[in-house]
Amino acid sequence: MKYAYYPGCSLESGSAAYDKSVKAVIEQLGFGLDELDDWNCCGATEYFSQNELVATSVIARNLALVDDRHDQLVAPCAACFLNLKKTDKLLAEQPKIRGKVDQALAAGGLRYRPGRVQVRHLLDVLYTDIGEQAIKAKVVQPLTGLRVAPYYGCQIVRPLNGFDNPEYPMKLDEMFTWLGAEVVDYPVKAHCCGGHMTQISEENAFELIRRLLQSAADYRADLILCMCPMCQLNMDMYQGRVNNFFNTKFKLPIVYFTQMLGVALGIDMKKLGFGKELVAAEPVIRGKLEGQTAAATK
Amino acid sequence: MVAESHAAHLSQFMKDVMADTPGGQKVVHCLQCGSCGGSCPNGAEMDFTPRAVFAMIAADRREAVLKANTMWQCVSCYLCTVRCPQEIPITEIMYTLKRMAIREGKAGGSDAPALARTFTDFVDRYGRSFEFGIATRYLLFNKPLSMLKMGGAGMSMFAKGRLALTPTKIRQVKQLQAIINKAKELSKED
Repeated sequence: MKYAYYPGCSLESGSAAYDKSVKAVIEQLGFGLDELDDWNCCGATEYFSQNELVATSVIARNLALVDDRHDQLVAPCAACFLNLKKTDKLLAEQPKIRGKVDQALAAGGLRYRPGRVQVRHLLDVLYTDIGEQAIKAKVVQPLTGLRVAPYYGCQIVRPLNGFDNPEYPMKLDEMFTWLGAEVVDYPVKAHCCGGHMTQISEENAFELIRRLLQSAADYRADLILCMCPMCQLNMDMYQGRVNNFFNTKFKLPIVYFTQMLGVALGIDMKKLGFGKELVAAEPVIRGKLEGQTAAATK
Repeated sequence: MVAESHAAHLSQFMKDVMADTPGGQKVVHCLQCGSCGGSCPNGAEMDFTPRAVFAMIAADRREAVLKANTMWQCVSCYLCTVRCPQEIPITEIMYTLKRMAIREGKAGGSDAPALARTFTDFVDRYGRSFEFGIATRYLLFNKPLSMLKMGGAGMSMFAKGRLALTPTKIRQVKQLQAIINKAKELSKED
């Protein structure tokens, strides 16, 4: 298996910490991830709301750009992952759409045969292809004493995932037990963060975000692990406004799972993009992990 | 699939929804159980829950459904889709209703179409999404007050280097535009 990497637009700016930590972790684990050359935006939910054929054609361009040396396309973002996977499936199952997408691609001198590329989420690749033994063997800083709340959100686990339960997923939970963390089993781990609702109807979105923060806080999580730029943005950037709106005092760092995986692998926190989150994660992590080391040496 | 004898009794609206949604034929199997609305994180904010919408589609209440906020309150979390006992692709039907409402000029009650258009305008032009441009243009024209409220968090994002002020353009943007233009042309065919 050879992996092509589709970072997605958010990882270029707002979620650079995700991109940075993905690359650092991949290098440390010693496997290759080649960025897809000249990829374009997947359109998130916004083309699908307007024109299905344009939506699928725009996404299909990325599938068509994967060259013959690669057979897997890995996406870290939930929306990109679902869009790429959904489009491949639509092309395979809906001949009418495929016929037109073929014509649209041909207008750009491209072609794509459905099923040629396997679309994977990064978590699936790390969990399934790299696996427990290889990851455990590289852990130099166990996350002992750190209470992490794994947050899956929606589009990685629904509707097409194929590698985990759509309502009660466990893969990220399991991975963090490999790393020695205390994994919080809280009820909203695959509930919605509100997606783009912050832009449309703020107060609705604030309530959806509040439910997640409240539940993680009730279960005494030190931080929330996320796997999607939108989820991170909603829970981190809007946390202050949620606090103002509901008169709450949440102070929960929202970090990418690859950042914490990197810490466990002994990668320097600077190389993992820490410090870009608005609710600071570093003091919490250092406090817990150093506290644990101090207790162990006594 | 729908038996021939039943097809004659379907409302025109139902036929259109089925034709525009991959897997949409299943909508006729709705049992009115309400699992969808009960599961929906935004169900309480909807004019009609998906269950009610499906009954209204069967009753040919096109105008009322396309003017409703239901599909615009959908956050595409797919919880209804994975829970539906009849395997109706509910989230996909919400996308179909969004497209129909825009096409038929019924989507005036929501800012969501403006956000969608702003987003895709940037992608059409550069090939990549441009968060800063989208947020400022969309908020300026649709929610100028929100811009002030977001000012603080926006500045923090900028200070943290999380807000790019210029868009990234892909090399083969002409190729992407040729694909988009052809797709737009083909989508007018039926």
